[in-house]
Amino acid sequence: MTRAGGKMTVFGLTREEIRKQIQLPWSEAFRISWRYVTIRLGRSLITASTIFLSVAFLMAVSTMILAAKATGSITEDDPAYRATVARYFWSVILGFMICATGIVSALLMSVTERFREIGTMKCLGALDEFIVRMFLIEASLMGLLGSVVGAFVGALLMLIWAGVREGFSLWAKIPWGFKSATGEWGFLTYFLASILAGVVLSVISAIVPAYRAAKLQAADALRTEI
Amino acid sequence: MAMEQMMPSGEMKERLQDAAKRLEPMLEQVSEFIVRTRDVHKIYLMGKVEVHALRGVNLDIKRGEYISIMGPSGSGKSTLFNMIGGLDKPTSGSVYINEVDLAQLDAYELAWLRCRTIGYIFQTFNLIPVMTALENVMLPMIFAGVPEDERRERGMELLKRVGLAERWNHKPFELSGGQQQRVAIARALANDPAIILADEPTGNLDLKTGKEIIELLKELNQEKGVTIISATHDLKMIDVSDRVIWIRDGQIARIEDRSKIRVEAALEVEEALMEGELPNIP
Repeated sequence: MTRAGGKMTVFGLTREEIRKQIQLPWSEAFRISWRYVTIRLGRSLITASTIFLSVAFLMAVSTMILAAKATGSITEDDPAYRATVARYFWSVILGFMICATGIVSALLMSVTERFREIGTMKCLGALDEFIVRMFLIEASLMGLLGSVVGAFVGALLMLIWAGVREGFSLWAKIPWGFKSATGEWGFLTYFLASILAGVVLSVISAIVPAYRAAKLQAADALRTEI
Repeated sequence: MAMEQMMPSGEMKERLQDAAKRLEPMLEQVSEFIVRTRDVHKIYLMGKVEVHALRGVNLDIKRGEYISIMGPSGSGKSTLFNMIGGLDKPTSGSVYINEVDLAQLDAYELAWLRCRTIGYIFQTFNLIPVMTALENVMLPMIFAGVPEDERRERGMELLKRVGLAERWNHKPFELSGGQQQRVAIARALANDPAIILADEPTGNLDLKTGKEIIELLKELNQEKGVTIISATHDLKMIDVSDRVIWIRDGQIARIEDRSKIRVEAALEVEEALMEGELPNIP
C-alpha cells in the first residue's frame, strides 16, 4: 500500500476507485435472481404457495366485506362492523405470521443448500451486499408471483360465492375502482394492498436468511467434506 | 520554480540520479514476487481446543511461477492456501499480494482482489448449476463491471481456449467432470488474473482427465504468464511445477526446485550406471 498525491492507494488505485469498480448494478442482481427463481420453479412455487394462500385469504376477506357492503347488510356506521372486520383481519394476520415462518424456513434451507455457490460467488468477487440483494430480489419475485395469483384467486372465489348466495346482480353494486361512491376503499385498492402486503411479507421474511447467506465465509466454498 | 529551488547543484542532481539508478533494480526485485508470506501463524479454536494450523510460514512466490503445495491432509496446506487467496486472515504474520498486505484491505478491496487478481479453481469445480458454461465464465466479468458484449466475446474466447466452445450453452450437469473443470479454468481466467489458485484441481478426476487438466494449466501458465499455485496430492503435478513446497505440521518441510529435482534424478541415474545397474526410469 502506498500513498500517492495524499491519497491511499492499493494496487495502484484509490479506495474510491476500487469501491466504484466493485459496485454491481441492480439490473444484474435482478437477472441472476430471476434465473434462480425460474430455473428452480418447482421450489419457488412451493415457497410462493404459502404467500399465495395468505394473500388469497386476505383478498377473500376484503372481497367479502365489499360484497357485504354492496348488499347493504353491513355499513361502516354499524357498531358491529368494526368488531367483525377486526376479527377477520386478526385471523388474516395470524395466517400471515404462519406464512412468514414458512418462508423463513424455506429460504434458510435454500441458503444451506447453496452455501457452496454463495462461497464461490464470493470467491469470484461478489460483495456481501450483492448476496443480500440477490436473496431479497428472489423473495420479492416469489412474493409478487404468489400475491398476484393469490389476490386474483381469493377475490374470484369470494365473488362467485357471494354471487351464488346473493345473486350475481350484486357484482354491479361492488365499487371496482380505487374508491367507492362514499369514499371508502374500492376493490382495486384492496387488490393492490393485498399484493403489496404479500410482497412486503416475503421480503421481510427473507432478511434473516439473506444476512445468513451473506455472512457465509468464502473459504467454505473450498471445503470438500460437505 | 519550486523544483529549481529544491535542486541545489548539478552535482547533487547527478548523485540523486545515480541513487535512483541503483534503486531501480531493487524495485524490480521487490515486485518480482507476486505472493509473499511472512511468519504466518494460524490458530483455530475447535471447541475448546486450540489447533495450531500454521506455525510460521515464510514463502516467496515469483511472478509466473508454477507452484505445487504438497502435504498430507491436516498439514495446514488448505489453511495456507486460503490465506494466500484472501479467504482467511492469519492470527499473526502477514500475507502480501503484489506487495500489498492483505490485512490492510477492507471488504471491498478484498472482493476486488478476488475478482481481478486471483482466479480460483476448486476440487469440486463449483460451477453455478443454474447457469450455462458461458454464463459461468461471464460471472466474474459481471462482478468486474465488464459490458455485456465484451463479456460474451471474451467468454467465448476463453471457452474456445479450453476446448469447449461448442458446449457454451450446456449446463454443468450436462458436462463431464473434466469438462466442468475446463469451464472452471476458463472462469478463473475471466478477468485476466495474475494468480490462479487451484485447490486439488485433479482430486475428483480420473488419471487421464487429470493429466489433461494439468497440461492445460501448464500451457496457460506459459502462454499467459499467470502464476499458478496449486494445493495438491497429485504427484503428476511435480512434473510441471517449477517448485514444490512440502508442508508438514503447519510448517514448510522443504522446497524443491524443478531444476534440482532433475539434477537429483540425473545423479541417481549416474550412480546406478556406475554401479552397473539398469536405472529405473518411470
